[in-house]
Amino acid sequence: MSENAQVEHLVDKKYEAGFVTDIESDTLPPGLNEDVIRHISAMKNEPEWLLDWRLEAFRHWQTMHEPRWAHVNYPPIDYQAISYYSAPKKKEDGPQSLDEVDPKLLETYKKLGIPLHEQEMLAGVAVDAVFDSVSVATTFKGKLKDAGVIFCPISEAVQEFPELVKQYLGTVVPTGDNFYAALNSAVFTDGSFVYIPKGVRCPMELSTYFRINASNTGQFERTLIIADESSYVSYLEGCTAPQRDENQLHAAVVELVAMDDAQIKYSTVQNWYPGDENGVGGIYNFVTKRGDCRGARSKISWTQVETGSAITWKYPSCVLRGDDSVGEFYSVALTKMHQQADTGTKMVHLGKNTRSTIVSKGISAGFGQQSYRGLVHIGKDATGARNHTQCDSLLIGSTCGAHTFPYVEVKNPTATMEHEATTSRIGEDQLFYCKSRGIAEEDAVNLIVNGFCKDVFNELPMEFAVEANRLMEVSLEGAVG
Amino acid sequence: MLKIENLHASVDGKKILKGIDLTIKSGEVHAIMGPNGSGKSTLSNVIAGRDGYEVTEGSILFHGQDLLAMEPEERAWAGVFLAFQYPVEIPGVNNVYLLKAGLNARRKHLGLAELDAMEFMQLVREKARLVELDQAFLSRGVNEGFSGGEKKRNEIFQMAVLEPNLAILDETDSGLDIDALRVVANGVNALRSADRSIVMVTHYQRLLDYIEPDVVHVLAEGKVLKSGDKSLALELEKRGYDWVREEAANA
Repeated sequence: MSENAQVEHLVDKKYEAGFVTDIESDTLPPGLNEDVIRHISAMKNEPEWLLDWRLEAFRHWQTMHEPRWAHVNYPPIDYQAISYYSAPKKKEDGPQSLDEVDPKLLETYKKLGIPLHEQEMLAGVAVDAVFDSVSVATTFKGKLKDAGVIFCPISEAVQEFPELVKQYLGTVVPTGDNFYAALNSAVFTDGSFVYIPKGVRCPMELSTYFRINASNTGQFERTLIIADESSYVSYLEGCTAPQRDENQLHAAVVELVAMDDAQIKYSTVQNWYPGDENGVGGIYNFVTKRGDCRGARSKISWTQVETGSAITWKYPSCVLRGDDSVGEFYSVALTKMHQQADTGTKMVHLGKNTRSTIVSKGISAGFGQQSYRGLVHIGKDATGARNHTQCDSLLIGSTCGAHTFPYVEVKNPTATMEHEATTSRIGEDQLFYCKSRGIAEEDAVNLIVNGFCKDVFNELPMEFAVEANRLMEVSLEGAVG
Repeated sequence: MLKIENLHASVDGKKILKGIDLTIKSGEVHAIMGPNGSGKSTLSNVIAGRDGYEVTEGSILFHGQDLLAMEPEERAWAGVFLAFQYPVEIPGVNNVYLLKAGLNARRKHLGLAELDAMEFMQLVREKARLVELDQAFLSRGVNEGFSGGEKKRNEIFQMAVLEPNLAILDETDSGLDIDALRVVANGVNALRSADRSIVMVTHYQRLLDYIEPDVVHVLAEGKVLKSGDKSLALELEKRGYDWVREEAANA
């Protein structure tokens, strides 16, 4: 099959699925036009302003072109061959009992102390949800409510808190920001909405584990997190749940807003389907993530572990608008087999004494191709801004590649910039050393890679760090030799 | 315990070892001495199983097993340990974590229960005292930022934890000041036992003042030219290596 045909085939999958499902009730046929957008908006019972917002995004999108500057290769995507609205999968598609669910996932649930009924629910097992009266989700929701925290699907937020959504939606990533963000704005179906009120420290880490009502958010997620003055929230995205989602294109938008003295910590472990060993299939992960440190002394930290997807195009960024605000980006990206990743960050320093830290660890194995692409911009008013960038690449084998594209724009002479970059191969010496101590080759590679990633893993919340370690091991299986 | 017969080995097509015969019994300490380029380190690496060393002839039996057919980690499980001449740094990998992984892999192989974190840390603390290794080193990255002396001490510490049956110390004394040498030697001496053999590869007699060998071999031009007791080492110190070469040539 030619590459073109492969993609069509995969896009077709979605198309076929569209027909299997009841078209009249919950799935639209492939294609994108204003009627489709009106339909999506109507299905979600959205207010007029949001429909207009979507349509404006769509009109803008039509004038735009797919970005071609990334160091990735893929055949053109036929956007008219994609179905833009599909209600949750039919229950028969999911696992029928917990026996069919990845035991590692269940172990994690157990660690989190989630009761059995909820484990089934979270794992997407086709059961009618029956909750224990003291279930974790209930306790969880109760706690959040007491704290005044809003955490719900964004479609629900549109209904329940329209003023908040209207006030912030698209203020960090405008509808016309880039090709994929525009597309997302036009057709997004769901995602998370979080609002932390003034002075509140969110009493627990918010995780998609708990966002059970919106477990099937599809390919165009839209997430909006607002941390009001002096609040704090840690949000965990992705998890390592088995992704049964067969969608080809995944174009999400995440917007974060941190007001004065607020802090947002956003952690991602991305493990979408990477395609097979021949590079057939897999997710195109074209995601726009941006945080706005709108208030003074605010702080936004991105931590990502990217091990999945056929192609990753992703630059979680921080706009450091408030004086003394802080942006951080910690990233581990792994490309193996035929995976391609062009990822990095943008730190836009606008306020005085703003600080940013970038730590990027890229690992390539097999035929993986990986690029770090980062921009540090120091605006003319950003007196005393500081940036420290560290980009390290690790190569396993001789058929993979690592590339670094750092961009620096400094418009204020008081800025302090530091950039360190290294590229290394897993040394034969290191491998032999480990082996001579009794550690088998694959374990030795995992050990060395995990050591390489340590600075980033240290930034992850506990459970995630454990997951990330495990994920790297799983992902590296067969990478050696 | 270890029986090497007619061992020939090349590196990049260049013949380095040209027929080594060596027998080491349980509990013995052997010193292998010889000039630069004599093949001492090659021999150490061939025994430990490093890539890039091609054995063209001969055999190495360890407890009757064909060592050359085994992977380096299998050799470690069987009880072979190499203290490296130049221990490599592995950034971010915790020193004791590496050791725990190695020890438990071996225990598993031997059908023993794996040590849990508590048991392991107890063992590690005890062994660290043996080579006067500061506790702070335990939690650092493997050899990361260690001084030359600290790296060598760390090697002996690893040996103490892994409790091998055959330990090869590849120029462990090089780069050590006299105090560090004493510490390392004390550690090695404490590890001498009836079921453990030790092979010391060294340039200098001074190590043998601290660790007394049962047998001393002179390796030159890829062969064991002469073997004797520790007085041979003293003689080498006095007279150099040339007389051994001449003697061998005349024989």
